[in-house]
Amino acid sequence: MKTRNFVLSVSLPLAVVAALLAIWTAVWMSGVFHASALPAPTEVIRGFKEEIRNGRLITDLVTSLFRVTAGFLLAALSGIPIGLWMGQQAWARTAFLPIVNFFRNLSPLAWIPFAILWFGVGDAPAIFLIFLSVFFPLVLATMAAAANIPAVYARVAHDYGLSDSERLVRVTLPAIMPQVITALRVAAGVAWLVVVAAEMIAGRDGLGFAVMDSRNGLRTDLLVVAMIVIGLVGVAIDRVLVQLTRIPSVRWGYER
Amino acid sequence: MIPERYRIEGVSRSFGPLEVLHDLSLEILHGEFVAIVGPSGCGKTTLLNLLSGFDKPTAGTVVRRGEVRMIYQQDGLFPWQTVAENISLGLRDVPSETERNRQIQELLRLIRREAFAHHYPHQLSGGMRQLVELARALAGESDILLMDEPFSSLDYLTRLRMREELARILSERPRTVVLVTHDIEEAAQLADRVMVLSECPGQIRYQLNIPAPRPRDPTQPDVVRAMHLILTKLNIEHNSGEYADAR
Repeated sequence: MKTRNFVLSVSLPLAVVAALLAIWTAVWMSGVFHASALPAPTEVIRGFKEEIRNGRLITDLVTSLFRVTAGFLLAALSGIPIGLWMGQQAWARTAFLPIVNFFRNLSPLAWIPFAILWFGVGDAPAIFLIFLSVFFPLVLATMAAAANIPAVYARVAHDYGLSDSERLVRVTLPAIMPQVITALRVAAGVAWLVVVAAEMIAGRDGLGFAVMDSRNGLRTDLLVVAMIVIGLVGVAIDRVLVQLTRIPSVRWGYER
Repeated sequence: MIPERYRIEGVSRSFGPLEVLHDLSLEILHGEFVAIVGPSGCGKTTLLNLLSGFDKPTAGTVVRRGEVRMIYQQDGLFPWQTVAENISLGLRDVPSETERNRQIQELLRLIRREAFAHHYPHQLSGGMRQLVELARALAGESDILLMDEPFSSLDYLTRLRMREELARILSERPRTVVLVTHDIEEAAQLADRVMVLSECPGQIRYQLNIPAPRPRDPTQPDVVRAMHLILTKLNIEHNSGEYADAR
C-alpha cells in the first residue's frame, strides 16, 4: 500500500506535466500563434543547453539568489527584533503600527523608480526592493506573535525565577518561532517574485534581466528557459525553508 | 519552628472600584491540603495570585514560609520543550547535570511516565500534561503547591484518575497544597480543609475540616457527607435526607 502511494505520488504529477507538454506541442503545431510568439518544446531544450554552455544561466541564477538572500537576511535580522519590540511594548504598537501597515500595503514595485534614482542599477536596488518586501510583513507577523504569547508562559517564567534574558531566550523566542517561520516562508516567496520584477527594470543581470533580455532579442525559447528556472527555484526555496518547520521544538506550532 | 506555611491577615484586594477580596484572614499549616471553592468571580484566582506572590494585596498582609510552585488550569508546560526539559525547569538550582538528570528520572518514575521523557507536550493527553506539570512543580526544594483548577479541562473519568494520582504522589512527596476548584467533589475527596468563599467581594463564608485520612475514595461516606455540607452551605442542597442530622 505504501509503495503504491509512493508510485502514485510520483506518476500522477509527472502525467500532468506530460499532458501540459502535449497541449503546448499541439498548440504550437496548430499554428494559432506565430512561430515568433510561441517556441516549440524542442527549441526550449536547445535553448537550455545553449544557456548552460555559455554559462549565462548559472551566472544569472547565482546573481538573483545572492540578491534575494542578502535582502531577505537584512530584513529578517532587523524585522524580527523590531517586531518583537513592538509586540512587547503597547505604546510602540500605537506609535508605529499605522505606518508599518501603510508600507506593508504599498507594493514594493512602486519603489522601483526611487530604487533606481537612489541606487542605480545592479545589486543595490534589487536588494533594497527585496528588503522592503520582506521587512514590513515580517515586522507585522512577529509583532502579532509576540503580542499574543499566552500569559501563562510569563507566569511560569516568573514562578521558576527566570531572569529577563533567560525569559527572552527560553520563553519569548521559542513561543513566537512557529509563526515567524511561517512568515519567513511567505516572505521568501514574495521576495522571489520581487527580485524578478526588480531585475527586469533595474538590472543588467539576474534571471529577471534574462526574461527582459530574451524578449528584447525576440528569443522566446530563452524566455521560457528563464521562466522554468524561476519557477523551479521558487519551489526549491520553499522546500528548503519548510525544513525549518521540521525542527522538533517548533512542531507544536503546526500540530495544535 | 512556626508550623504555618501561610499567615494571611485582613487581606483585601481591589481592582479600581471593584473589591474582589474583603478582609480575609486565614492560616495554612505545614503539610495541610486546603481547597478553596466558591462561585465564579469570587476572587479565587486573585487569592492564588496573592499566595504565589505574583500579586500584592491592597490591604492586609500575606506572610509565606517556603518556596511556592503553581499548577495551571492547562497548557502551563512550555510546548517547545520536551517533558524532561520542562521538568528540569523546576531543577534550576541543581548545579550538576548528572544530578539533575537523576532527579528528572526520579520524578518521571513518580508520575509513572518514564517512557515519555523525550515527548513534547502536544504529543501527550491532557491528563498526562497535568501530571508532568505536577512533576515540574514538585521538583527541587519547593514546599507549597498552588493549584488553579488543575483538572477542570479534563473529562470526568480522567479527573477521577488524576485525583487518585495526585493523592498517591503527595503521599510520596508531601507538600502544603492550596487547591482552587469549582469541583466540590474534588475538594471533598482531596482536602483536609475546604473553604467556601462568598460572592464578590470574596470572604470566607464557611470552613469545613475533613478529618478522615487521605487518600480517600470519591464515594466514601466522609467525602459524601462533606459534599452534602458544602452544597447545603451553597444553597444547592435542601433536602433532609440521610446526612441532614450531620449538620
